Amino acid sequence: MRKFAADQLTKIISSISTPVYAPVEDGSMVVYDRYEDGMTLRLDKVGTDKTPKDILFPQWENLMHFRMEGKTIQLTEEERAKEDYVIFGVRACDIQAIKVLDRVFLADPIDTYYAARREHGTIVGLACGEPAKSCFCKNFGVDPAKPDADVVLWPAGDCWYCEAYTDKGRALMESWPTEAADEAAVETIKAEIAVKYDALPFAKLNLNGFDGDHLMEKFDSPKWKKLSMPCLGCGSCTFACPTCQCYDIRDYDTGNGIQRYRCWDSCMYSDFTLMAHGTNRPTQVERYRQRFMHKLVYFPSRNDGMYSCVGCGRCIEKCPMNLNIVKVIKALGEGDSND
Amino acid sequence: MTKETLVPVLGIVTDVRVDTPDVKTFRVNAVDGGKCFEHMPGQCAMLSIPGVGEAMFSITSSPTNKEFMEFSIKKCGCLTNWLHQMDVGQMITVRGPYGNAFPVEEDLKGQDLLFIAGGIGLAPLRSVINYVRANRENYGKVRIVYGSRTKEDLVDYPEIVNEWCQEAGIEVFLTIDQAQEGWDGHVGFVPAYVTELGFDPHGRVLVCGPPIMIKFTTQALLEMGFDKTQIYTTMELRMKCGVGKCGRCNIGDQYVCKDGPVFRFDQLGELPAEY
Amino acid sequence: MQEIMNRMKARAIALLADGTVSRVMGWEKGEGEYDWSPALFENAEEMEAFVYGDYAGANLSKYCLKLGKLEGKTLVILKPCDTLSFKQLIHEHRLEREKFYIIGAGCTGMKDEKGALLKCNACKSKEFAIYDEIIDSEESRKPTGVMDRMAGVADLEQMTAQERYDFWQGELSRCIRCNACRNVCPACTCIKCVFDNPASGVQSKAPVTSFEENMFHIIRAYHVAGRCTDCGECSRVCPQNIPLHLLNRKLIKDMNELYGEYQAGEGDEERTPLTSYTKEDAEPGIVHERGRA
Repeated sequence: MRKFAADQLTKIISSISTPVYAPVEDGSMVVYDRYEDGMTLRLDKVGTDKTPKDILFPQWENLMHFRMEGKTIQLTEEERAKEDYVIFGVRACDIQAIKVLDRVFLADPIDTYYAARREHGTIVGLACGEPAKSCFCKNFGVDPAKPDADVVLWPAGDCWYCEAYTDKGRALMESWPTEAADEAAVETIKAEIAVKYDALPFAKLNLNGFDGDHLMEKFDSPKWKKLSMPCLGCGSCTFACPTCQCYDIRDYDTGNGIQRYRCWDSCMYSDFTLMAHGTNRPTQVERYRQRFMHKLVYFPSRNDGMYSCVGCGRCIEKCPMNLNIVKVIKALGEGDSND
Repeated sequence: MTKETLVPVLGIVTDVRVDTPDVKTFRVNAVDGGKCFEHMPGQCAMLSIPGVGEAMFSITSSPTNKEFMEFSIKKCGCLTNWLHQMDVGQMITVRGPYGNAFPVEEDLKGQDLLFIAGGIGLAPLRSVINYVRANRENYGKVRIVYGSRTKEDLVDYPEIVNEWCQEAGIEVFLTIDQAQEGWDGHVGFVPAYVTELGFDPHGRVLVCGPPIMIKFTTQALLEMGFDKTQIYTTMELRMKCGVGKCGRCNIGDQYVCKDGPVFRFDQLGELPAEY
Repeated sequence: MQEIMNRMKARAIALLADGTVSRVMGWEKGEGEYDWSPALFENAEEMEAFVYGDYAGANLSKYCLKLGKLEGKTLVILKPCDTLSFKQLIHEHRLEREKFYIIGAGCTGMKDEKGALLKCNACKSKEFAIYDEIIDSEESRKPTGVMDRMAGVADLEQMTAQERYDFWQGELSRCIRCNACRNVCPACTCIKCVFDNPASGVQSKAPVTSFEENMFHIIRAYHVAGRCTDCGECSRVCPQNIPLHLLNRKLIKDMNELYGEYQAGEGDEERTPLTSYTKEDAEPGIVHERGRA
């Protein structure tokens, strides 16, 4: 365990030779953006408005370019990321979300656009001090006191404790002006965090029955209709979610050829599954059900029980009509969930 | 598989055959000749015209065809309209093969096979039928029931009449929805015709066609004594990636593009009927 | 507000019981103190969960588009500002009056976790534009707005064109195209939005070019101009905190100055300043003149 004085923080970030993405203020928002001197760093903010997903899986990215001439096509692939970078100050829930993204994009066949960015990134995790009321990460096996990152920081008022856990992390920390620190102090911090998180209103949700074995039971629940009724069908929850990764691939005529790009898509949108002959999810009831079934049933069923919700609470903060996954878990988790 | 998940290879249309008023079959080769990639019967490929769109199509030709791939495509949307206007020599982009295949080397081997198709639903089955024809010794009796709206809508009619019908061990039963001049064959819907023909409930059945036809045909088969484990079909939903990542073609926890498109009916029965 | 809620609840249960209405569109509590959601109640038992009070900020008018297609009448709870949206939808023939029983709900200004809603800080009026009955109180009839509604617009008008452009570029560049503003907007009632229509040539899900930043919100603002009641829902729902209401208010302010004071949804005149012609109307040259000022 190492530590450095609190006033060293911005100096350390500025000294990192690769680009650093960190939670910074953008107007009234806190987003992960390329850090530059003079920006307002907001490591204190739990549940940043945008998530580190923006860096690994940006809202839109070019995939390839086509030149069309007569009947011929020329294809040029977009270069994959090749520059090292650091994402600084990522909370445990958001790191778990990256593991969810890994399950999708690094599964065979590997998505090379994502893989390249993932490979070049070093993640500096940040243990949570004060939780938000909407946090419920521990339900999903996330430990807010110990993010699973290359380097982890623990806030302790006048100083930061830090430890590297991987080669990438050790390489990054090498040049930091740190001194040896007492392991026990960090254990105390961790214990304090645990107490705070266990006391949260959604700390202990009943997730029994949210698995592949109860797929049909959950799917057929009559409660979806009422739960989905106020849903506007906007994409706020999906875009604010650190694990939502559904995407669309579209072509754009640049006037000088065709740019094929990928962009975030949302299962909440009416055209998400629209085909020439119609859609298999015609109303918001089916679309709403899809989103939560995916996170709580389909994904764990395919991924050794891993949920694709990490309990970050952003859907609670962002839904204009106050719908969220906690309501769904509570509504559908009742009754027969213990068998 | 093409080397990259989302990056296609270039293909060139080397023949266009008009099958019906709204179905054309396109022969596709790699730019330097030969096939873009190998596949198994039932697998699909993403075809695209940059700027127009990209969509999933079943590969109609059999893998035993070593020279080219074929796609039978019905005109029904933006991309397919464009494809229908293509001439020989047009380049397109191709990526795949995607999805599972009919288990031609496993469960289907040694079995009598009953193929039931409606309209453009023959496209994925044609790949299996020609694979079986090329490996005739591995399979039992082959029976094919195929129907469409009119005589003109029967896809691959010349191949059916001139090749399939002439081969020993293959029986072909054709039907059209309504009586028509110049047609002296059977008239009626496919499910009713299947009931009328009355098959012994053994071997394996491969069904493909419009959802309503699949539904009633399966009912007819189950009434005849077939078990759900004997019946296969192939599904289609909206797809963007083809590799189980873009998140839209799932039926329950199964992605049609990756875990399908071929499903056995007992497997499908365990999933939500959201298709 | 508790008293208003109790009266409202009793009245709704009675109207359900005597068959006047088939369902009630109101609010229910969430998991915490502030997170109320719109909800539909179909019987007295379900009405147990009905709430009305300080966190009933959502405008329920947009839901009426779907509810109006159901069998029977729907009881809908509308705050004074919500009634403007509802009445505007009647003017536009999007709703049939007889499909709804409207309880005008007294409002003392709505809140969320962060305090008073932005839209309530500049409350337009405590008058109900349309209703079957009103359930309010002495308290709820008192004005609540503390801000000049056009103050933010005036600030923008003080800027130079370049400053204004930079301001909007900065704000709109945060847009993630989640469509919450459009989907909540009671004036956005196109069955197929041009931005969802693949045949339109402008369908785009990502701000791939500055087209999105510049055009989506501006096109939307112009499309609702003259019909927008300034209900403020667009800014309330924006997850990126973009002050979209300023675009609408600027257009309202301009219309007021050019064609006389007008409040969409108010009154019985269905022709709006932008769909009626008088000889006194401003000439197109006004754009140039005002731009120079």
